[in-house]
Amino acid sequence: MMKEERERSIRSVFKTVTERIAPDYVNCKACGRRAIRSVWKKNLNVCPFCGYYMPMTADLRLNTLFDPGSREDFNKDLEVRDPLNFPGYAEKAKRAEKKTGLKESAVTSYGRINGIKVVAVVLDTRFFMGSMSSIVGEKVTRAVEAADRERLPLIIFAASGGARMQEGIHSLMQMAKTSSAVQEFSEHGGLYISYLTHPTTGGVTASFATLGDITLAEPGALIGFAGPRVIEQTIGVKLPKGFQRAEYLSKHGFVDKIVKRPDMKQTLYNLLKLHLDSMQGDRL
Amino acid sequence: MIRESLMEADRIGSRMQQLRAEGVPEEDQRMLDLSMEKAKALRPLNKLTAEDKVFLARKIERPHIDDYIGALFTDFFEQKGDHLYDDDPAIYGGIARFHGIPVSIVGHRKGHTAEENVAYNFGMAKPEGYRKALRIMDQAEKFRRPIITFIDTPGAFPGIDAEEHGQGEAIARNMARMSSYHVPIISVVTGEGSSGGALAIGVCNRLLMLEYAVYSVLSPEGFASILWKDSSRHGEACDIMKLTADDIKEAGVADEVIPEPLGGGQENPRRLYGSMDMAIEKALSVLMSMTPEELLRDRRRKFRGML
Ligand SMILES: [Zn+2]
Repeated sequence: MMKEERERSIRSVFKTVTERIAPDYVNCKACGRRAIRSVWKKNLNVCPFCGYYMPMTADLRLNTLFDPGSREDFNKDLEVRDPLNFPGYAEKAKRAEKKTGLKESAVTSYGRINGIKVVAVVLDTRFFMGSMSSIVGEKVTRAVEAADRERLPLIIFAASGGARMQEGIHSLMQMAKTSSAVQEFSEHGGLYISYLTHPTTGGVTASFATLGDITLAEPGALIGFAGPRVIEQTIGVKLPKGFQRAEYLSKHGFVDKIVKRPDMKQTLYNLLKLHLDSMQGDRL
Repeated sequence: MIRESLMEADRIGSRMQQLRAEGVPEEDQRMLDLSMEKAKALRPLNKLTAEDKVFLARKIERPHIDDYIGALFTDFFEQKGDHLYDDDPAIYGGIARFHGIPVSIVGHRKGHTAEENVAYNFGMAKPEGYRKALRIMDQAEKFRRPIITFIDTPGAFPGIDAEEHGQGEAIARNMARMSSYHVPIISVVTGEGSSGGALAIGVCNRLLMLEYAVYSVLSPEGFASILWKDSSRHGEACDIMKLTADDIKEAGVADEVIPEPLGGGQENPRRLYGSMDMAIEKALSVLMSMTPEELLRDRRRKFRGML
């Protein structure tokens, strides 16, 4: 075989192999290094090199949290509404649905954590950055009502880029709707654990996310009302180091505990057990 | 833009003032001509765009909470501070009488001069302001006083201290607590109602809006810069956001639109006070005939139905 020919054939074999492997690699958004997808998954989307917390999809979060076979989603078919007939919004929503397989950012489920049944909500940031739409507000509210009705503990994994601009005033009103639902649940003695993940900002921060009985957060998560860029522009001052990160919020008294991903299930189970035992099964 | 029309009308108005000062009677031909001219200058105000209304809603001469308290209430006693950390001048309120009935009042404060604007931080409240509002409203619940809130803010203050003191928590707590009260709550959007900073004192039984007031998820400038990375597309944003009083009523969020004098409340404040007084009295008399439980259920149902 000619040298040239041989090189070409090696190259083509190599190309097929990399083509097969390449889609299975995911690059870290922080350090840029890449790892095989299954390694990421096993590591719960924490970078094996630098420890950066990549967002967890709703599926990965709930399947990690719940006992196998116990997950039962509800209100899965609620679709994005377009109350302002906002140019391009319906199309953008369709694209997001195609990309993620979700009809909205909020996923609501029943499931068991080491046997204890709970209602859980996850905001999946792949869908419009988890922004507050009328259906996100509706699904959160229905989840709170389900927990209230069935006397179950409620866990919400918040993540949000803020308001869903395309829904205008309807987006804003979800803040009042969800806060009111959480308030009523609380009056009835319900346990609500708010679990803040990266990034939790805007209307979600200023409603159900900050109304938990217990507030947990993931390491490094950005948590705030106004975005850092807006604050910098408004006051023209450089922001302090670590500003609005989970550790900063914890220091300022708004987070009970920062929980590493591998400890998520055990931490939640312990908390659930503590409440279960103090209520002697009345509520849980 | 109606800015030019208003400036032209102002010029004619001051010319008329001048003639009056010189002793020229109203029926003088010069006066009659000028008043015709003024009416003509103001004609474009009959057809306002959303951007025009945003402009009017923010006008510094527009009546504010201080004016409404002075005109519609008696025996006002200001309550200051959150009694936790600070007194935020962007929120104003206390106890007063409305048609003789003791009520609690809370609202954003902006002021009428540049100095006042700065002193009140343009109505952009910090957590201390929202907690002051909560203190006033909690007492209203305790002493069974109706609550009347006046909304006029470009949004909650975006600052380092505001974030460190829990801006999100303060807004959320107010909404949660307002949803649980057993007293009538009436909110009036008097100027610009922007973002959670507005809603933090807006979880009410009846939402009234002045004709030229606007209510939105955030300011049109913020909207344009987030969505199009271009805050200069402000006019376009105003149209698309559906933020005028009529739009908000159409969306089922506002219950009533209070008519304003042509050109806005500042053109004839007494007429505006009259219309506002009537609208508040009407809403309050309906709500005061309801039981505490009914009031709670009415408010919860109102917001539960928001899609
Ligand atoms: Zn990394």
